[in-house]
Amino acid sequence: MSVSAFFFYLFSSLILVFGILTVTAKALFRSAIYLLFTLTNVAALYFMLHYEFIAAVQIIVYVGGIVVLILFSLFLTQQAGVHLSRPSIRQIVFSALSSLSGFALVWTVLSHHQFQATSTTVSEYNVAQVGRQLLSLGRDGYILPFEAISILLLAAMVGCIAIAYKQPDPVSANGKAKELGNIIKVEKELAEIK
Amino acid sequence: MTEISLSHYLFVSVALFFIGVFGFITRRNMISMLISIELILNSVNINFLAFNKYLFPEKAEGVFFALFIIAIAAAEAAVAIAIIISVYRRFRSIDADNIDSMKY
Repeated sequence: MSVSAFFFYLFSSLILVFGILTVTAKALFRSAIYLLFTLTNVAALYFMLHYEFIAAVQIIVYVGGIVVLILFSLFLTQQAGVHLSRPSIRQIVFSALSSLSGFALVWTVLSHHQFQATSTTVSEYNVAQVGRQLLSLGRDGYILPFEAISILLLAAMVGCIAIAYKQPDPVSANGKAKELGNIIKVEKELAEIK
Repeated sequence: MTEISLSHYLFVSVALFFIGVFGFITRRNMISMLISIELILNSVNINFLAFNKYLFPEKAEGVFFALFIIAIAAAEAAVAIAIIISVYRRFRSIDADNIDSMKY
């Protein structure tokens, strides 16, 4: 067994083990930590495919961004040490059956299909080329999706603030009384001016 | 088999996808469901990059798809967490079963 094959088996078995732990862990905090390990091992697989840039982006965005975001929301909404309610045995059995049968179906289709490489020429892939292609207006350019995704990110940012922002309660007695008092004051002033 | 082929990567990707599906079906907590969705998105990314490496090594389409998927996953996670926090404020719970005031 070559070294790269050994590392491939190591990383992929870690991905699957931590993935299963992620969806079965009792405490939500542990589930998030197992997700972190899974994502790091996925980044290692990208390194093995020689896509170093995507691996770095994976670590920065997923591990440094999304997992931290999930942990934050977990601390905001969950009491520490509270375990998740266990799904019923019937539910576990049926979901395991459906996902296993889905896996079997997809895997039989995939393993009977012969994939043919279109060419064997390996072009030099580097980050500079990716950046140029991302902003190019030419035939292989990705400027339109790039702009669309920047608008999407902006919209998501504004949307997040709008959704999670705590609106002042409009029916609260205090606010209403203040408002009424203000109106009365303004009316009195107007009357005095007249 | 010592040489790592495309189907090895596809096996990992398919297995991770269905682990995510299993988690999405069994978990009722909204944050757990979000975590399962992240697993599914990652398996799709493995798929794109493996196909790009083994079938179209002279192009970089898979790289761009993976990049855009990561960006969309980040936006989706942020919006989902904003919704979860807002739901928690309203219902004092983030169990998907408890949130049913628009159901009946």
